[in-house]
Amino acid sequence: MPSPYGPKADTGPPGLAAKLLGFCEELRSEGVAVGTSEILDAFAALEQVPWESRDDFREALATTIAKSQEDRRLFELLFERWFFRAAEAEAIEREIGETEQRHEGAERLDIDELREQIRQAIVDGDEGQMRDLARLAIAAFGQQGEGSGVVGVDVQRIRRTLELSAGTQPQPADGAAELPPIDRDQLNRFERHLRRELERDLIERTETLPPSRPLAELDRALPTSPTQDLAAVHRAVSQMKRRLATLGHEQRGRRKAQTVDVRRTMRASLETGGVPMHLRYRPKRPRRPEIYVLCDVSTSVTSASVFFLSVLHALHDSFRKLRSFVFIERISEVTEIFEHERDFREIARRISSEGGVADVSGYTDYGRVWLEFLTEISDELDPRSTVIVLGDARTNGREPHAEVFAQVSERAGRLFWLNPEPKLYWNYGDSVMAAYERYCDGAFECWTTRHLENFVNVVAGGVPAAE
Amino acid sequence: MAEAQAPASVAETKDALAAASYLADESAALVSFLAQRLGKPVLVEGPAGVGKTELAKALSRASGRELIRLQCYEGLDEAKALYEWNYRKQLLRIQAGGAQGGWDEVQDDIFSEEFLLERPLMQAIASPEPVVLLIDEIDKTDQEFEAMLLELLSDFQITIPELGQVSATSMPIVVLTSNNSRELTEALKRRCLYLWLDYPEMEREMEIVRLHAPDLSEALTRRLVEVVRMVRALDLKKPPSIAETIDWARTLLLMGSDDIDRETFEQSMSIIVKHRTDIDLVAERVGMKLAESVRPQS
Repeated sequence: MPSPYGPKADTGPPGLAAKLLGFCEELRSEGVAVGTSEILDAFAALEQVPWESRDDFREALATTIAKSQEDRRLFELLFERWFFRAAEAEAIEREIGETEQRHEGAERLDIDELREQIRQAIVDGDEGQMRDLARLAIAAFGQQGEGSGVVGVDVQRIRRTLELSAGTQPQPADGAAELPPIDRDQLNRFERHLRRELERDLIERTETLPPSRPLAELDRALPTSPTQDLAAVHRAVSQMKRRLATLGHEQRGRRKAQTVDVRRTMRASLETGGVPMHLRYRPKRPRRPEIYVLCDVSTSVTSASVFFLSVLHALHDSFRKLRSFVFIERISEVTEIFEHERDFREIARRISSEGGVADVSGYTDYGRVWLEFLTEISDELDPRSTVIVLGDARTNGREPHAEVFAQVSERAGRLFWLNPEPKLYWNYGDSVMAAYERYCDGAFECWTTRHLENFVNVVAGGVPAAE
Repeated sequence: MAEAQAPASVAETKDALAAASYLADESAALVSFLAQRLGKPVLVEGPAGVGKTELAKALSRASGRELIRLQCYEGLDEAKALYEWNYRKQLLRIQAGGAQGGWDEVQDDIFSEEFLLERPLMQAIASPEPVVLLIDEIDKTDQEFEAMLLELLSDFQITIPELGQVSATSMPIVVLTSNNSRELTEALKRRCLYLWLDYPEMEREMEIVRLHAPDLSEALTRRLVEVVRMVRALDLKKPPSIAETIDWARTLLLMGSDDIDRETFEQSMSIIVKHRTDIDLVAERVGMKLAESVRPQS
């Protein structure tokens, strides 16, 4: 019988191995790096755990396959569909329904009794019991024809009808035993069961599994503007890290004074019977770039500032010696926020709430920013440090203090400027890019990851920067 | 390779950990179980103070293995982590034995294991008894160090140019912890089982408090955990860890309090909150919610 709801879910070749491989394949398509070695580990792990326990099965897979929190989140989303929709998919395949048995139980129960039982199960934390009761509740409400067809809405509707809420419970009228309070976690657990059972119903009604695709687009549309994605920024930045680290190696040699490495000299002296004939020197440590990033977060660069923040975020992952600052009218160090916070959204929120960079007007004051930067930080600048400015150089008519900027440039080893505006707009209106540009080792337009990569290439490719 | 006694089931691991006073949740127990059965290293990530290091210690107590700990820090190198030639001793050997034997013998001799200074990783590999190796705060090291660990983690062996490969005589349980301050490399993650530890749910944290401060009354335990969770929900520089919850429970016992009112809270707050700015925030947000002291002030 052809289904009126479109093609049935493709179950693929039989057997768990194929199933698991398909699952990993789908995880990969969502951007989780699942290697062959991970899959082998997953099989090895599954040999060790009992399969009848849902949690053990899931955790064993998760621990071998999902290697970060982000991966884990995707894992959870997909896992549900691949493994615990399997029974439903099979039922659709064989055209088995369970409508008949379902309503039998519901007739025997009245709402009040059901409510008490559910409360009890929630308090006990009995998962099996909760699942059965969730089914009964759905069946009871299904009879009243109240289903909206949208799972999320139905869950809340059923919860409300059952008068379940977190916190202290209303005491039963007949003065029965006092019920302990339900906390939020416990209630969530029951709601999960409700949701799962409702989804089961939906699958049975429509005879298709929930769609698999939109995950990547909907759920992972991260905070960036549409042109770029965080991962690409991270890639460009990690490339930048390698380039910056090796930059300037060619000039280093044995010109300057070296320190004798006593330990290695002694070791080398073994060859000559303990007489230190060959001096060994301490290797020159590879240059650890110290990077100072100054990022404009004013309204004139709103569209680009999310991009800039994600660049900062990526930089912090790659460089240990990185100090970041945001500025509008004043400058404020945000290194600590980036070091303690991993979640990008949270970082963006904290910067806007704690930065304290806007004084009155909310317009950028570059001149003041340079002065502040110079007085606070400049002692720490040395020829090894690289300063990167992210901003549009629009001073809103205020004094640009280019001479102060020149001092910053003088103290720092290298100074780059990334401007989120096209070159065409530079120096028009209140943009004073030209005043700053001559003190930079390079100024680039930059509002997409492609520009960022270009910046990296130019910086690393040895193309003589403007000076 | 001597195989240590591996537990038979997840439940058994969980019980063993509980006996070592560590209440593991489902996933922690399962991962510990798999680590022992599969002989794979475990990478534990999570916020500070959720018992990542404690898990390794508990594993060591539960399995009766010795714990070897390598605390990572920036700039840690192989001489501190793996091995180093004891050149002073080598020097002495050459000078002492100058008369007897030819050069070849001396050379063979001074690059033997006798002249090797074993550092934690080497110790773990060379130990005749199976051990638990804890590599703490791996995210503090450089990526180069991670790369060095790869050989150890996948094959449990270390290559010393002068000696050749040293393989593990017994299979160590390896636990790596990370505070997630930077992304670890894919290569490292690939070799490990992954475990994310988070702050425990209310019930479990209560159990943990009960385990470590059994004299505290049930009602007070609940109250205590509630307050700690309330504090964690604030946006603090350093949210209170589980260890601090326990410390606080013990303090309350010592103080002989029977309820957490505002006064008790303000007196003992410094045990769970340890930043000047945090203290102000907590006093303002949480302190206000607590009832005024009912006891007469004396």
